[in-house]
This record gives sequence, C-alpha cells and structure tokens, in this order.
Amino acid sequence: MSGRSLRRHVTSGLMTGLVAALSFTAVLALVLILGDLIAKGASSLNWDFFTKNPVPTGQTGGGVANAIVGTGVIVGLAALFGLPVGVGTGLYLAEYGSGRLGWVVRFVADVLNGTPSIVIGIFAWTWLVRPMKGYSALAGSAALAALMVPMIARTTEEMVRLVPHSLREAALALGYPRWRTSLRVVARTALAGIVTGCLVGVARIAGETAPLIFTALGNQNFTTNITQPMQTLPHQIYEYATGPFEEWHRLAWASALVLMGLVLLLGVTARWAIRQRHGAAR
Amino acid sequence: MTTLPIEPPAATQPARPVTPGRPALLGRNTGDRLYRATLTALALVLPLLLVTLLAELVVGAWPAIKRFGVPFVWTSVWDPVAGVFGAAPMIFGTLASSLLALLIAVPLALGVAIYLTEFSPKWLRQPIAFLVELLAAIPSVVYGLWGIFVLIPFLRGYVVPPLRAVLGWTPLFSGVFYGNSLLAGGIILAIMIVPYIAAVSREVLLAVPSSQREAALGMGATRWEAVWTAVVPYGRAGLIGAVILGLGRALGETMAVTMVIGNRHDISLSVLQPAYTMAAAIANEFSEAVTDLHLAAMFEVGLVLFVITVIVNACARLLIWRVARGTAVGSRAL
Repeated sequence: MSGRSLRRHVTSGLMTGLVAALSFTAVLALVLILGDLIAKGASSLNWDFFTKNPVPTGQTGGGVANAIVGTGVIVGLAALFGLPVGVGTGLYLAEYGSGRLGWVVRFVADVLNGTPSIVIGIFAWTWLVRPMKGYSALAGSAALAALMVPMIARTTEEMVRLVPHSLREAALALGYPRWRTSLRVVARTALAGIVTGCLVGVARIAGETAPLIFTALGNQNFTTNITQPMQTLPHQIYEYATGPFEEWHRLAWASALVLMGLVLLLGVTARWAIRQRHGAAR
Repeated sequence: MTTLPIEPPAATQPARPVTPGRPALLGRNTGDRLYRATLTALALVLPLLLVTLLAELVVGAWPAIKRFGVPFVWTSVWDPVAGVFGAAPMIFGTLASSLLALLIAVPLALGVAIYLTEFSPKWLRQPIAFLVELLAAIPSVVYGLWGIFVLIPFLRGYVVPPLRAVLGWTPLFSGVFYGNSLLAGGIILAIMIVPYIAAVSREVLLAVPSSQREAALGMGATRWEAVWTAVVPYGRAGLIGAVILGLGRALGETMAVTMVIGNRHDISLSVLQPAYTMAAAIANEFSEAVTDLHLAAMFEVGLVLFVITVIVNACARLLIWRVARGTAVGSRAL
C-alpha cells in the first residue's frame, strides 16, 4: 500500500471513529439527564407526593396532587379542541391537498410547528385572558391546542398517505362515495398511525411550560374549575426549581421525574403501537 | 370510529351536472361535497391562526412601534419606569445563544446522522436513533432544572476554571463567572436541538440515491471519501435546511434558557456573563408589565421573535423540500 493510499484509509478510519464517538456523546447526554432525574427524584416519590397538595412555604412534606390533576385537565381540554382540527386538517391534506390551498396549509403547518410556544401564549392571552379579565385553565388549554394542531395535522397526513391506493380504488369501484371511502376505508386503515400521531402530540404539549405562564398561571390550591388559574406539573417544576428552598428543589426533581415518566409513557407507547401495526401489515 | 360530525347525504338534493374538465366522480355526491367542505373548513383554521397571530402582535405592539420606530431593535436601554425600551440586548442574546448552540450541536448532530446512515452496524441503528430522538421528548422545563442543578455546578467546578486559565485574556471569556450565563444557555440549547438536526439530516442522507455512494466507491474512494465527496454534497441543501431548522428551534426556546441564562438586559461579548433572550423576556415580564407602553414593548419583542422564526423556518422548509420533496421530515414530535 502506498503512503498516499495508507493516509486515505487511516483518515477514513479516524473519521468513522469520530462520528461514532459523536453519536455516543449524544446518547450519553440522554443517559446523564435521565440518570440524574432518577437519582434526585425517585427518593421523594411516595404516596403523599401523589395525593397531597403543596404545604405552606417553610414546612416540609406535601405533594403535587393539584398539579397532576391540573395537567390532566388542561391537557385533556387541549386535546378535545386540538385533535379534531388536527386530524381533520391532516385528512384534508392527504385527500385534497394536492392543490394550491393544500400547499399553503402544509407550509403554514410547518411554519407554525416552529413558532415559539411563548408567542402562542401571547395569542391565548390576547383572546382569552384579557377579555375574561383573569388567568384561566381554559386559556392554557387553548394555547396548548393551538400548539398541537399543526403537529397532528402533519403526522395524520403522513399516516393517511401510507394507505395503498388499491384500497381506495377498490372501495370507489364498489360504488362507495368518496367521503365514505375516506372515513370508513382509508382513515380506518390508518387509524393506528393517526392515534400514534395524536399520542405523540399530546405527549409534546404535556411538557410545555412557556405558553402556560401567563394563561393558566399556576395555583397553590387544588381546583378543577377551568375558569380559574390552575397548576400544572411543568409550571410547578419551574416555580420550585427557581425558588430558594431546598425542599422545593427536592419536589421539583420528583415532579420532573413524574412528568418525564408521563411523557415517555405516551411517546413510547405510541412508537411501540405503530411498530406493532407496521410489523403486522408486512 | 371518527370524531368528525359527518351527516349522511340528503337523498332529495339533485346531483350537480359534471363540469367539463373535472374528474367525473368529484363533487357529484352531496355527502362528498359536505365532507370536502368540512375538511376544508378545518384546514383553514391553521392559515387563519397564523394571520390572526400576526395581526394581533402588530396591533398589540403598535403603540411601541409608533413611539420607538425602527431604532427599537438597536437601542439597548430597557427602563419600564422611564418608559424607554430598546430590544438590542435581547436580540443580541437570542442570536448569540443560538449561534453558540449551533456551534456545539451541528458537529454532534451531523456526526450522529452520518454514523447512523453510513457506518453503524444495522442492529445499532434503531436503538441509537431512538435514544437520540428521546432527547426531543424531554420537556424544556426539565432541561432547565437539570441546567440549574447539574450543568451549572459542573461548569463552575470543572469547565470554566481551565477555560479561563487558558483563554481568560480574550474578551470572549472575561469577567467573573456566576453560573447563569450565555455559556450555560448555549450548552442547554445545543443538547435540545441535537435531536431535531440529527433526525432531519438523517432523513436527508437516507434520501440520497445509493448510486451516488456506489459510484464513488466504484471509483476507488474510501468509505469516508464516498460520504464526504458524494453523499454529503448531494444532500447539502437539505443538511443546511436541517441546521436552519435547529436554529429556529433554538431562537424560540423559552423555559430552559430562561432558567439558566441569567436574564440581564446587557450586551457582553463574554460567554461567561449573564444575558437575556427575547423569549425569556416575554416569559418573565409579559404578565408583569407595569405600563401600557411596557406591554406594547413586550408585544413588539414577541413580534420581532415571531417574524425571525417564521423567516428562519420558511427557509429551512424550502431547503429540506428541495431534497426530500413534500415530506413531513422534522415535523414529527418524537
């Protein structure tokens, strides 16, 4: 082997090693963060943490039941608003989206996907907090719904597009109208994928804090009244992490572990579901 | 089965005559027209949302725009009491922290993408791709928490002292390090955007035809030369798009940055000093605006941030679509 050739092969080997090392660095970051979450959060998880409300500042103990329920309420409401619009938009893009409007909607969805969530918070503040003259869980839900629509629209479109044309053609040939074909054959075939997209979308907004700061605000007490300020896990973590007390920091880590578990559960279930489905389809 | 409120077709409605030039089956059935109308109405929500968002930001910011004009973006005084507002420190902090993040994240993410598409053993691909994508699933506020209690102490103990010993004489690393700083914000942002850049780059590299690779290898190139001279140049537009997409994410990221960057209205070249970003300022000050003018200034900050991210994202999309046409690459959340 000549010197030049040797040098080229050594370079090739070195660069291969470098990109491998970079990949493992990225994975290492994940392992470190998850490891710290478990190391610092797990010891604070007990029955009280899930069932009690926060205690007054200075006392120890208490839990984050209000924030867990609040996250459920706000995210549930957001899903109620956001899922129909998101799935409908996705179906539109897949079924009729080849024209100019389809291009515009697709492009707007992608642009909104990258819009800072805090700006969406301003949107909800102007339309709901200011007219209602007070912070409310409802405003928080609206902000989260606006965040999830573009995400779900794009995943739904992708999933519906995966349905083979032959299925659609078979239904149309049997005399099914287009709308029935679309709903009963195409959307139904893609249902697992659409549900996956929705789960992932819900997981994403469940961890959002920024749009809630001046919409749902946060609340030290337990409430299920959606016209009142309501606490959520992400906002609770923010308050506790930036506060001065050791006890708060302890609760922040535990809350973060719970939130992370919730998000991972939704996300991983979704991924697993789609893999099962795709595996079976082949 | 479905959540869409679709009525069955009304049988009495006469079928519309087929317009010449349209497919025979399109729009003949009342149910079809209703279905299409419903979906179109739902699809119009997004463009409507974008337009109202922009309109509302402009209307909200109008008093500040009228009062301060264009110099708003390069004035660096921020005094709510005196009613003088300039967003220069926030715009600087936003750009500086995002660029710092790109500096760290781009090599990492491209490394991941290249390794996964070109070099890694097959059985390792899915697990690594999955783990890297999981980084995108971690909520922003959890990154912030980790930044405050793990990253900053680590930087203070092990990274900054040697860094200052070697480079302390340059303006980039001058001053006292308190912890909350541009450096901490940039590193957190970098970890957060790696999964996005990596996922999109990977899709782009996968979209490169294997004939490109094979041709290079057939000419006697080493594996790395094939990647670097054939595959990467072919996907260049898409890769740049991926990086710009990551930039868009970094510019608008709020919570994690707010928690570690120090939130000080100041322009400092040193990465060890506290800074401020537009998103962080909105998070901190929006609901506590003391005067109407202060609120209008916050709206204007939001408007500037929005316009910047829209432009950045639009560029990214157009570049990515050039390589992987029309796909939802990078839109996926996980």
